[in-house]
Amino acid sequence: MSSLVIRSLRKNYGAHEVLKGVDLEAQEGEFIALVGPSGCGKSTLLSMIAGLETVTSGEIRIGGRLVNSVPPKDRDIAMVFQSYALYPTMTARENITFGMESRGVPKAERDAAVKRVAALLQIEALLGRKPGQLSGGQRQRVAMGRALVRDPKLFLFDEPLSNLDAKLRVEMRTEIKKLHHRVGKTTIYVTHDQVEAMTLASRIAVMHRGELQQFAEPHVTYNRPTNMFVAGFMGSPSMNFIPAQLTRADDRVAVTFPLADGGSAVLPLATDVAAERIGRAVVLGVRPEHLSRYDAEIHARKPGIATLSAPVEVVEPTGAETIAVLRFGALEVVGRFEPDSAPRMGERIRLGVDMTRACLFDPETQRLI
Amino acid sequence: MTIAMVDGEGVSFRQRAGRWWPVVVLAPSLLASFVYVVVFTLWTLYISLSNSGLLPSYGFVGLENYASLWANRRWNIAYNNLFFFSAFYILGSMAVGLLLAILIDQRVKGEALWRTIFLYPLAVSFIVTGTVWSWLYNPADGVQMLVRSLGWESFSFALASDRNTAIYAVIITGIWQSSGFAMALFLAGLRSVDPDLVKAAQIDGASAFRTYRKVILPTIAPIFLAVAVVQIQFAIKTFDLVAALTRGGPGVSTTFPAIYVYDLMFQRGQIGEGAAAAMMMLAALAVVLVPYSFFVVWRRRRESRHG
Repeated sequence: MSSLVIRSLRKNYGAHEVLKGVDLEAQEGEFIALVGPSGCGKSTLLSMIAGLETVTSGEIRIGGRLVNSVPPKDRDIAMVFQSYALYPTMTARENITFGMESRGVPKAERDAAVKRVAALLQIEALLGRKPGQLSGGQRQRVAMGRALVRDPKLFLFDEPLSNLDAKLRVEMRTEIKKLHHRVGKTTIYVTHDQVEAMTLASRIAVMHRGELQQFAEPHVTYNRPTNMFVAGFMGSPSMNFIPAQLTRADDRVAVTFPLADGGSAVLPLATDVAAERIGRAVVLGVRPEHLSRYDAEIHARKPGIATLSAPVEVVEPTGAETIAVLRFGALEVVGRFEPDSAPRMGERIRLGVDMTRACLFDPETQRLI
Repeated sequence: MTIAMVDGEGVSFRQRAGRWWPVVVLAPSLLASFVYVVVFTLWTLYISLSNSGLLPSYGFVGLENYASLWANRRWNIAYNNLFFFSAFYILGSMAVGLLLAILIDQRVKGEALWRTIFLYPLAVSFIVTGTVWSWLYNPADGVQMLVRSLGWESFSFALASDRNTAIYAVIITGIWQSSGFAMALFLAGLRSVDPDLVKAAQIDGASAFRTYRKVILPTIAPIFLAVAVVQIQFAIKTFDLVAALTRGGPGVSTTFPAIYVYDLMFQRGQIGEGAAAAMMMLAALAVVLVPYSFFVVWRRRRESRHG
């Protein structure tokens, strides 16, 4: 059963269209990440699901019930805010019970609920403290406690980790994943961080300029992005886009593009999907990790490896991997290498390009071919 | 290395100058406030213990002036009026100011216009306020005449002319004058509240009233205190408003300590007793302000401890 259904949802502020007809559906227990750059409409969409923003047109259904004009408190949702939005004058316990008090839940029941949630989040020792006396991570837990205690149909998270430092963010990300696994509630999670979306979500909704670009499982979004925006947004460093020409080489469809030394590279494609476009311009999308130092022994056993050589302009070791900027004609192309086989500055490296993972885009529509 | 050494001297001179510069800049105003506040307060204290008459003189008479002050019925009325007026004036202008701030905070149209209208009385001096309101209260040409001329012949509105109600006339006028100020501070406070808090309360199912009472107003509690402290010192200094509005009357019903001090010192030539009355006003202020400043210091310490 779908616990959230959104049908051609629109939102205008005056003449300004923030959402231009979004369709979305979450199955029971799913973890949906809404991801996109700032201003893409993801937070507005979340606010509309919560009932904090009005609906211009379209439908929002929670658990099958149309909630377009239902006030937030009756939507059976709970929300964790970016700023945590903990009531500063109340203790952690009062923060957690405030909603139940507002709804007139008896005290014994409230106490039991706080106990259950505090144990789940390991915040028993913090219940008597006020938000000002808690660290960022602790506030985050209390904010989640306030949401969890409601036992809602739908959890809404609005960039909950963006105020934490990098290390804590990774820890809390794992916590949230564990928590979702244990509680099993449908969750809508807004983030601008594609790594969070990839690691947490069962499906990712990528948004841009008020439109849903792609709504699919993380691996699909990553490997088969529907257009150049999604391809460029997901993954870091982002995908390299190389303007190229489709040709035929040795009976196979291939892409060709100029190189820095005046010659040109010819890379045969792994499949013949684009045969009817031969002679036309395309954009070749290659992720940094699909470039590697060519090694005849290893690469001979793998199908679909094309080779070319390119000068190395910058090398940035990060420890676990080495990022290198290579020059393909007028373009800078980023590659991600194992530290052992990393290129050296100024070297001319012979590359293996994994063409089975490469994407082709139409330069006009920017869509995946 | 050598360059750094040469540079080092210049830097240290500049650093030394940098340390002293704030002191130099602040010195004149610090000196002035020291003289006008501390020195004159101590001088007034000494005068209040002396046998000064029309002119200051320095014969020590102990607490004689205070004894004669408290034996005077008019002073007792003035001192009582001060507390009665302060309580109603402060609570009233805070209540009205808060109400106006909450109403304006509902994203009303023409917000800037409303804000200006409500804040405007503050720009008018107490003398003008007092004078205008004394016309309004005047039965012969104020509100009473207006209503009667509209046809309600038996209408009576003589708040300021009755010795039992005149103090309320002063309170109402005071509230009119300063509730806009309270509103401005409260509105700034309401606007500083994280809008996510309100959203969280909405999702938590709290009514608008409960959201204000439990979430928003407690968050801006420090502003209540700040407004109250500012109003208290307005209240204790109340002089021109009353002088223009009722001249302390009818009878002595709206006499205030400040008016009494002025009378003693400059009308009746009893500077010693006047100084004693002034010291009593200072005591009334200190009762409020000393605990407040301790509270502020305590709160700052607590905050710095919790980071």
